[in-house]
Amino acid sequence: MRYLPHTKEDIDEMLAKTGLASLDDLFKTIPDALKTKAPLNISEGLSEWDLNEHMEALASANIACKNYKCFIGAGSYDHYIPSIVPYLISRSEFATAYTPYQPEVSQGTLQGIYEFQTMITELLGMDIATASHYDCGTALAECALIALRKDRNASRIAVSSLVHPHHRQIMETYLHPAGYQMIQIPRTREGLTDLAALGAMEGIAGVAVQSPNFLGNIEDLSAFKAVADTKKILFIASFTESLAYGLLKNPGSCGADLVAGEGQSLGIAKGFGGPGLGLLAGTQKMMRNLPGRLIGKTKDANGDDGYVLTLATREQHIRREKASSNICSNNGLNAMTAAIYLATVGKIGIREIAQQNHDKAVYLKTALEKAGFEPVFDSPFFNEFVLKAPKGFARKRADLISKQCIFAGMDLEPYYPELKDHYLFCATETVSKNDMDQLAKEVQ
Amino acid sequence: MNKQPGTRGLIFNEPQLWDKSRKGRCAVSLPIADVERCQLDASLVGESPELPQLSELDVVRHYTRLSQWNFGVDSGMYPLGSCTMKYNPKTNEVQAARQGFAGAHPLAGDEFSQGALKLMYDLEHLLGEITGYPAVTLQPAAGAHGELAGMLIIHAYHAKKGKQRSKIIIPDTAHGTNPASASLCGYESINIKSGEKGILEPAAVAAVMDEDTAGIMITNPNTLGLFEENIKEICQIVHAKGGLVYGDGANMNAIMGIVKPGHLGIDVLHLNLHKTFSTPHGGGGPGSGPVGVSEDLIPFLPIPRIEKDLTRYRFVTECPDTIGRIHTFYGHFGIMVRAYSYILSMGGRGLHRASQLAVLNANYIKESLKETLNLPYDRPCMHECVFNDKHQQVFHVTTMDMAKRLLDYGFHPPTVYFPLVVDAAFMVEPTETESKENIDQFIDAVKAIVREARETPELLKKAPLLTKVTRLDEVGAARKPCLRG
Repeated sequence: MRYLPHTKEDIDEMLAKTGLASLDDLFKTIPDALKTKAPLNISEGLSEWDLNEHMEALASANIACKNYKCFIGAGSYDHYIPSIVPYLISRSEFATAYTPYQPEVSQGTLQGIYEFQTMITELLGMDIATASHYDCGTALAECALIALRKDRNASRIAVSSLVHPHHRQIMETYLHPAGYQMIQIPRTREGLTDLAALGAMEGIAGVAVQSPNFLGNIEDLSAFKAVADTKKILFIASFTESLAYGLLKNPGSCGADLVAGEGQSLGIAKGFGGPGLGLLAGTQKMMRNLPGRLIGKTKDANGDDGYVLTLATREQHIRREKASSNICSNNGLNAMTAAIYLATVGKIGIREIAQQNHDKAVYLKTALEKAGFEPVFDSPFFNEFVLKAPKGFARKRADLISKQCIFAGMDLEPYYPELKDHYLFCATETVSKNDMDQLAKEVQ
Repeated sequence: MNKQPGTRGLIFNEPQLWDKSRKGRCAVSLPIADVERCQLDASLVGESPELPQLSELDVVRHYTRLSQWNFGVDSGMYPLGSCTMKYNPKTNEVQAARQGFAGAHPLAGDEFSQGALKLMYDLEHLLGEITGYPAVTLQPAAGAHGELAGMLIIHAYHAKKGKQRSKIIIPDTAHGTNPASASLCGYESINIKSGEKGILEPAAVAAVMDEDTAGIMITNPNTLGLFEENIKEICQIVHAKGGLVYGDGANMNAIMGIVKPGHLGIDVLHLNLHKTFSTPHGGGGPGSGPVGVSEDLIPFLPIPRIEKDLTRYRFVTECPDTIGRIHTFYGHFGIMVRAYSYILSMGGRGLHRASQLAVLNANYIKESLKETLNLPYDRPCMHECVFNDKHQQVFHVTTMDMAKRLLDYGFHPPTVYFPLVVDAAFMVEPTETESKENIDQFIDAVKAIVREARETPELLKKAPLLTKVTRLDEVGAARKPCLRG
């Protein structure tokens, strides 16, 4: 096997040093009764060429193998990835290192993630961003835990029913065993979180609102902050489409205390939903409550600038059961990917790409309305929107996927049963006017 | 002595991104707008974020230079104990980058995602075969996330039985993530000490196990690199009081094809695909932490599960006793592709061989260095061995000093000051992918450093000398945190 370098002579010499007669003897301390009798029932190793063939066959069994058109977002977005991003991130000095416990030989990771933290605070208008989390859903659950732990008088958290349904499920999973509850804020007829309903809620430690929300609509985050302030509770903002903040007012300027977001749009492939990138940010006041790693700037013994992991006293390896979270490995390499993407598109690029996303979505919405879809909400949106489909669309949609590899929106009924025949569409910079015209023609 | 790999070499200074920024530069050619511009209401629009403005070469040079300041497995031996820094095969990267995987949308629908579903289904079964469990979930995003999933399963099991318990037993050799995961489920950690041989004594477990204790969290092989010989008896003690046994499988690399944890009485086990199954550690993730469970615990696994009907695969969410969802989609699919490729490349015999050689390498280091460094537990070890600085203390040289000096010799240091059960631990895990020559070079380097500790201890205090930066002021960093530029 090409990954195992030992020759027979090596093994003999090494065994001689240990005083053992055979490789099996290395396991003498394991009682025989505990050992497996049969060899692993896994076939012989494949050559690289046989593996290629096998893997291409599997990959081809996904529709994504072809050059397909994706009008679905819902937490995973199709965006252009400049070739320098995968090229640079595949440098193995980044990929094959571990957590930068030895800062003297990890300055690449450390400065890179420090720059990531900085660019995320810029994007979100927050004071502090962590070195990353697994995904938006788990980051949001951690934010809810921070709010609940800080407020000893409340065991409930208010969550908009327009937060991504999967994120709400994760929150439920995390909160329930700790004895906390999630109460959902209903939505208005305009596809927005019902601010008045939040006003009436008592005994809550915080409120979480996603913007753009799961139906694509832009929420008035400042208004939620105002209510949170009157209740003296924490305001948590979340988002699944990070490019929206190339254009929209950021959560920090709307007063968010904590922000949980998905960073997949920042140069990371959809990859069947993972690994993505959990973004987690807070105000200065939240610094010691934040979960996971933080990189800080410092000096070395010669007085030169350098970077280290810092504030480790919040973390599990020091605090153990009293840690702010159990997270250890995060999504570091994807944070670095996002940093490279943000440095590549820069201040000019992110604005233009974000604006194009919005322009395309407006165009697609108009085109589909002309093709017989009904508008549902009149709220402003970024790159996703909801339409009610004409009769017979479900069958047309399935045909479009299997025959032309076009994914025309996502059925909302499984998530919101009252939204039967309603579809969530997404248009990003990767779809052309022609693609959208073709889609409108096909569904007419 | 062989010539050591560490040497001087030219690397480059590189400022922070924003110091290179010049107004008007952009490293992406923007797509030409082919639809009309539509302005959102001005009240919704913010300022463009202050990101750096760079040319393409600026970006390429920045990250190339940064990468050169890093040490990875591809640079040299990285014997970081408990982390299994084995070689990350390059073909795995090629497989994960295939358009059919990398481009797949998670909500495309089962019918149009059969390749991804089949891969996940098969990987669950391969991991089940390696560990001895009838069911595995791939959803947890990292080892600690797998631990959390495991503890949630134990919590849900006791809730279903009708009586929740309040405590969990955690030995002193545990990873720090263990107690942190347990406390997320509201369990109080009951710490117990390992015995004189560095392994758990059944009596110590029996003394604290009661009917208010949810179970025990055991790492086997443990973080001293020793196999918990009494594991079966311990499982029986815990089971007799209605508790469950959680296994931390971070050290599975020692026992593939030799021991199946599922057959020992361990009810729940997490694995780290980024340790045992060769996926890159990425400077701190993304990893993947699958969890295997015994028959009784299958109903509690996170959703969605994957089922196979004749030849078609589908996601299933109707599982009334599930702990729920723990990842937005299905976990770190891209990491699963890599691990699956690794298992297929190695084959069953190759995996068994990998464990044998990982243990051979560790025992060879232990025997070669036990006269040089103090070895608190002189017993046959598994995949790692733990020394400390006891013999160097008279020269006022610490484990940290020796670790830093190893950098100058061109080696990544072992894990230091962990496990806590050994004072100033120096924990070496070579992995099976290091050759005898590399290991001999490492042994020579440690011996040379121990000599230096005796003869020129002040040199070690200043180490490392060849790295881009010298020792960093971590206390200052924590006292006045500067977390953004």
